[in-house]
Amino acid sequence: MLSRDWRAGELHVLTLALVIAVGGMTTVGFFSDRVQLALSQESNQLLGADLLIISDHPLSAHYVDEATRVGLKISSVTKFHSMISNGDDNMLADIKAVTAGYPLRGKLHLAINMAQILSPEKTQVADSIPERGVVWVDEKLMIRLGLKQGDMVDIGATQLTVAALIMREPDYSVGFMAVHPRVLINAADLPATGLIQQGSRIKYHLMLAGEVDAIEKYREWVLPQLLHGQQLEGIRDARPEIKSALERAEKFLSLAALASVVLAAAAIALAVRRFTQRHLDGCAVMRSMGARQSTLLSLYLYYFIAMGIMASILGCLFGFGAQEFLTYWLSGLVEAGLPWPSWLPAIHGMLVGMVLLLGFALPPLLNLRSVPALRVLRRDIGLPNAQSLSAYALGTIVLSLLFLWKANDVRLGFYIISGFIAAVMIFGLFGFFLVKLLSGMRHQTGGAWRYGLASIQRRSISSLVQTIALGLGIMALLVLSLIRDDLVREWQGSLPPDVPNQFLVNIQADQLLLLEDFFNQYNIEQPPVFPMVRGRLIQINDKVISAETFSNPHAEQLVRREFNMSWANDLPHDNKIVAGEWWENEDTDKAVISIEEGVAKTLGIRLGDQLHYDVAGSTLTATVTSMRKVDWDTFQVNFFVVTPPRLLENYPVSYITSFHMQPSQNHIMHELVRTFPNFLVIDVAIVIEQVQAMIAQVSKAIEFVFLFTLLAGFAVLYAAIVSTQDERIYEAAIFRTLGAKKKQLTRAWAAEFAILGGLAGIFAAAGASILGFVIGHYALNLDYTFNPWIWLTGFLTGVIGVTIAGLIGTRSTLSTPPLLTLRKVS
Amino acid sequence: MVQNIKQPILRVNSIRKQVNTGEIQLTILQNINLVVNAGEAVAIVGASGSGKSTLLGLLAGLDIPTEGKVYLDGVDIFSLDEDDRAVLRGKVLGFVFQSFQLLPALTAIENVMLPLELLGIRNAEATSKQLLMRVGLEKRLKHYPKQLSGGEQQRVAIARAFATDPKLLLADEPTGNLDSVTGTQIIELMFELNREHGTTLVLVTHDEAISKRCSRQIRLASGQIVQAPEQAFLERAQGAAN
Repeated sequence: MLSRDWRAGELHVLTLALVIAVGGMTTVGFFSDRVQLALSQESNQLLGADLLIISDHPLSAHYVDEATRVGLKISSVTKFHSMISNGDDNMLADIKAVTAGYPLRGKLHLAINMAQILSPEKTQVADSIPERGVVWVDEKLMIRLGLKQGDMVDIGATQLTVAALIMREPDYSVGFMAVHPRVLINAADLPATGLIQQGSRIKYHLMLAGEVDAIEKYREWVLPQLLHGQQLEGIRDARPEIKSALERAEKFLSLAALASVVLAAAAIALAVRRFTQRHLDGCAVMRSMGARQSTLLSLYLYYFIAMGIMASILGCLFGFGAQEFLTYWLSGLVEAGLPWPSWLPAIHGMLVGMVLLLGFALPPLLNLRSVPALRVLRRDIGLPNAQSLSAYALGTIVLSLLFLWKANDVRLGFYIISGFIAAVMIFGLFGFFLVKLLSGMRHQTGGAWRYGLASIQRRSISSLVQTIALGLGIMALLVLSLIRDDLVREWQGSLPPDVPNQFLVNIQADQLLLLEDFFNQYNIEQPPVFPMVRGRLIQINDKVISAETFSNPHAEQLVRREFNMSWANDLPHDNKIVAGEWWENEDTDKAVISIEEGVAKTLGIRLGDQLHYDVAGSTLTATVTSMRKVDWDTFQVNFFVVTPPRLLENYPVSYITSFHMQPSQNHIMHELVRTFPNFLVIDVAIVIEQVQAMIAQVSKAIEFVFLFTLLAGFAVLYAAIVSTQDERIYEAAIFRTLGAKKKQLTRAWAAEFAILGGLAGIFAAAGASILGFVIGHYALNLDYTFNPWIWLTGFLTGVIGVTIAGLIGTRSTLSTPPLLTLRKVS
Repeated sequence: MVQNIKQPILRVNSIRKQVNTGEIQLTILQNINLVVNAGEAVAIVGASGSGKSTLLGLLAGLDIPTEGKVYLDGVDIFSLDEDDRAVLRGKVLGFVFQSFQLLPALTAIENVMLPLELLGIRNAEATSKQLLMRVGLEKRLKHYPKQLSGGEQQRVAIARAFATDPKLLLADEPTGNLDSVTGTQIIELMFELNREHGTTLVLVTHDEAISKRCSRQIRLASGQIVQAPEQAFLERAQGAAN
């Protein structure tokens, strides 16, 4: 029966809808999968590895054994502070002793002399680690100790030769506040220094890199093994700004995939509608010849499952092919090359295809078995319930479950489902009245409009279903484009080309004016300077705390180190109060505190808690009166803890500032380090470049994935048009018999399509305005900008898109000889 | 109405129609030659499957022959493109079908107005109203086909067929879907209107009684025109006399 119907052309539409649906979805799935993998690998460069284990004690060998067993590359880094001396000059430095392979991700840039440092294009990428007996130092140490290539420096009990200057290390950002000059040596020289002794403060890093699966496996294996004082870091654990950018991108990509699911559902619903209508007669005949309802049902069920499997496989192949092309297209963008995708999207695609088909096909099929046998005699007797919208209830439930599953985010899934369900109900209700209203108006119009309106009225349920499906389709596209715009704009806005990439820490009060002069001298705009007082959190309310109080490693770390506190009269512009209230001007001497919400959550601090800090030996006590949300994506100076101005006045204060420096202005930084030797310079240019590059890639990927959603939108359009094809062919035959020119017929149809499209467009704009806000605001944390143009865009997309597609879709109808059609009908 | 009786409204030259049904070529009509003069009423009769309806479709240019020509009101219709053929149909032809073929989306009056509007005629509504009154449906103007009985639907179709005042009315088994009483009424109505409008009529039927009401019968068998037995007798007799 399947092959017979296939030959008769019955299944083409349904299969096509399913193939496009599954194809679109797996494309997005495969692609997001690969892009997500690529993005994580890219960002792992900032860690120098895919995964990092940091420990206070030497790591046990079985960590390495397991890594080797699962096929990971490893490199170990031993980090400690030590004095470096060159003759009588000496300085405290951060020493990293590395083993072969370092860095596992990203590149280490070296220069041979000072001149090369000033022109970054002359630097070179290190192809190995320092040889034994050799040391690589950074610019700061070189200046302070007056070093040049070939000089000898003392590190502990050994002497090493300065061979190169470190320009950039990929893992620079690990341990953000490690601000001493940096020195890189070969781990083999470590014993000779004699610096590794009981009680030395040493951090042992194990860097790991490899296949995603292996990394995940290792991560799972190692987590329960970690001892006190050991922690695991992936890029997501390390950098909040990258974490949030990645999470949003992932959410958007899954949103795009979900949108194509909705579109697919709409296309399938339309196609199945047509299928059942075309099978009414066959069922009636079978019923009249004594077929039982269960016979009919199992016949069609078998039939649909067979077709669903075929179409889903085709769709998966299509999806895979499309994403291969996409990968090729993006290959210039993703430096690392996209990793091979997992098979999961294909399995998802198959499953979704089947579930979607059965969810939307089963209810109409169940109706099909109850075709009255009387239809054999009276063709105008249709299905008792087939036209009812409630037949799609099962489909809707299935779709909802799919959403919750695919969204990976219950809240996002919930918003989308309720959004779409509400949209269907509201569209349905308004659509019903509008169709009635418009139909009433047809006697006031003439010519093409009258026929257009007459057709809409005649097919009022059908028209309604089409309008809703098209409305949902356009709505999904509008929501996506709105959010995409906001997302890309926000990313680009948060990291403008002049985003601060240099931080100066440890500026003393008496150096503020000198620094101002320095900037003036080089015509650099004065960056804002923030006061900073360092204090350790020792007590929350009555409870004295220490690192051991907390089991969360992040909390441990926060308590162990000193907090950077600042004061301010006004709330910084990129901060937002999420609980409590910011202080008034007259409260500036009150003992109150505003804390960043993330830190508060980690440490379990609530509004109204009394916090006790040890600041330079004396205790500062203040009450938490507000919590702030800080946008860490912006690379602006921000503080976990802020107080009113007077509270911290009498404690030792230093200042911090941030500003943007072009790579070509390296000599200014060089001069700055020379003029203010006590300043700690933190260069985040590399981090920012990475994030900017990532954003560019993600934006591009989003554009592309969006194209696929668009394709799914066309599938809906096609299905909608094809769903009324039979009636149109008949109409065309009568019109042509009665002497209608193609133009006249085309006009009547254009009128019908324009009305349907216009209605769908208006619905879509209304729905998109609300849903876009909800998703943007609550799920993606975007500042949603209302776009009034969306109404015009929606309306025009509907009218123009549906009319053009409709006319193209019905073109073949015009060329069928009328007699053929009329005889078929009679 | 005065018409030149000698002027043929329809002339068919050597029509052949073949259909491809996959493996076999089926000849539905062959060697059809036919002239219908203005004012005539011609019945095409024959058994089911003899090719009557196909012939009617070809006469109207609703289908294209494999070979041969049809001149409608002096115009070679297959030399025209599909669009021009449609326009010619709109001007010259009226149709009555076995299964009525009303547009379900339109009311009775809108169905009658349709051919007039397609021709761009202004007072379509008034004309249609009059015609529907003439066929006895003055109370059914705003009803949809679904709400009308078979007989009523065929009345609407007849009103629609005469709306443009066609020169030639083509009717394909107009009573085929109706009971005999209603069928008789419909035939009466059609012939009345045909007389009133002075229309030429070509009627396809398998009902001998109806065909007898026409001035001439053309008999089809297996796709060819055959002579009626009495005609054959007359021709033979004439031949013998010569």
